[in-house]
Amino acid sequence: MKEISKLKQNLLELLREDARYTPELLSTMLGVTADEVKSAIAELEEDHIIVKYATVINSKKLDDEKVTALIEVQITPERDRGFDAISERIYLFPQVKSVYLMSGAYDLLVEVEGRNLKEVANFVSEKLSTLEKVLSTKTHFILKKYKQDGVIFEDHEEDHRLMISP
Amino acid sequence: MIVNSDKQTGSKSTSMHSYLAPRVQEIQPSGIRKFFDLVSSSKDIITLGVGEPDFVTPWHVRESCVYSLERGFTRYTSNSGTPELREAIAQYLHDSFQVTYEPKDEILVTVGGSEAIDLALRALIAPGDEILIPEPCYISYSPITKIGGGVPVGIETFAEDDFKLKAEHLKAKLTPNSKVLVLNYPSNPTGGIMTYEDWVPIAKVVEEHDLIVISDEIYAELTYSGKHVSFASLPGMKDRTILVSGFSKAFAMTGWRMGYACGHPDLISAMLKIHQYTVMCAPAMGQVAALEALTNGMEEKDRMVDSYNQRRRLIVQGLRDIGLACHEPHGAFYAFPSITSTGLSSDEFAQRLLVEAKVAAVPGNVFGLGGDGFLRCSYATSVAQLNEALHRIGQFVYKLGR
Repeated sequence: MKEISKLKQNLLELLREDARYTPELLSTMLGVTADEVKSAIAELEEDHIIVKYATVINSKKLDDEKVTALIEVQITPERDRGFDAISERIYLFPQVKSVYLMSGAYDLLVEVEGRNLKEVANFVSEKLSTLEKVLSTKTHFILKKYKQDGVIFEDHEEDHRLMISP
Repeated sequence: MIVNSDKQTGSKSTSMHSYLAPRVQEIQPSGIRKFFDLVSSSKDIITLGVGEPDFVTPWHVRESCVYSLERGFTRYTSNSGTPELREAIAQYLHDSFQVTYEPKDEILVTVGGSEAIDLALRALIAPGDEILIPEPCYISYSPITKIGGGVPVGIETFAEDDFKLKAEHLKAKLTPNSKVLVLNYPSNPTGGIMTYEDWVPIAKVVEEHDLIVISDEIYAELTYSGKHVSFASLPGMKDRTILVSGFSKAFAMTGWRMGYACGHPDLISAMLKIHQYTVMCAPAMGQVAALEALTNGMEEKDRMVDSYNQRRRLIVQGLRDIGLACHEPHGAFYAFPSITSTGLSSDEFAQRLLVEAKVAAVPGNVFGLGGDGFLRCSYATSVAQLNEALHRIGQFVYKLGR
């Protein structure tokens, strides 16, 4: 891990806010040239600090709302390879959206997405808990997402300001 | 509702104006108010007319207030504000702007910076005193002066000076009746600031002519080049200066109405006298929130200032790209471009911009001398809105054909 420049920090902050900000806009906002912005972003991409430009979706607004579960998984670590090998076997499933190694009462927190409850349940019983190194699983279905990745889905803090004020 | 059978039969057409004190009758409603009514009746407007942050007060500040209400912190506080808050203000001013005040008798917590300005002027003005006010400026100094029986004397400042106050312009307005100089840097509406070097000649004039200064430094934290220099920090100026500030702009707390005044004990105690008879004390819950902002809010404040600065660069560049001359506003959250190249007056420009391009901004003439020919554009709004507003202004100006 290396220390990154102030410009890169600012760029990350702004791009996290809106990944569609153009280099020209970013350069104006940060008071540097567009070329400086472009090369800083290229470096961030090369270094895999910026991994991907994604879209945050409020799936509740969609007809085919997906079901998401957070699953606590206890596993047996392997000699030499620790938790990595078994984690890989889990995260390679496309149904798995994220995998975190955790401190505390369990080892992995696995986020699984499916079209419905049954699909997720099947995945857990057939794929996940049958893995050799998996000792136990505990499945928690998400009922409502209030906030994700810093984005509040149903923002109640609208702009109540007067249109004109001194 | 008029229910006064002794004097009049209360019909709607009855004018009650004759009952009003002449000095209040004479005061014109602010030009901003007129424009506000116009904007309120329009639809799908993007507004650059807002004089307050677009951030909601940081959650930790709001939460501290909610908690204090749960604990029943709902009573009067000491007239001059809670000792804890006054301590915190003293510490903050010392650390941030190198001005030192005694919390016990040199700091007064007020209902917004506005009350502090009112108190200061009322405490100082004797009938006929001339109050010097660099303009274009915030709209309330002159009316408050008049209510107090003083005579406002505008000092024009100019775009080519970045709207800084120049000693020669100040001197030109001095008379034997000159008593108070009201300063507001960083400036609403121009975004102008004063550096230490800019202040030195002003301080000299203040000293020579024995003026008292009311320095409204509400936008101090919103300074984007160098650090804000408080007028009170200049040698010899502390005793002559009533420093007015507050939490509205830096901590996104406009609706809380929390401000303060600092100065010589003789001046502060006179202001306290008016304050205790008129409002008793600033709101208790607001004081709790203000203390939380000063204690734990600096990081959040810095984040907001950085964000304003980014948007400042965006709007200034955008306005210049459109072809409007725009001096670099180093403070506050307003750009103040010149629209004289369009051949329109500020009023015409702002009204047509509203109707034809659906963008609201405040015509510069409402801010007094030297304001006509300019437009106050607040950039305390989202990047998306700013971009859209700039796009619309650009098309409008293009259509005007210059």
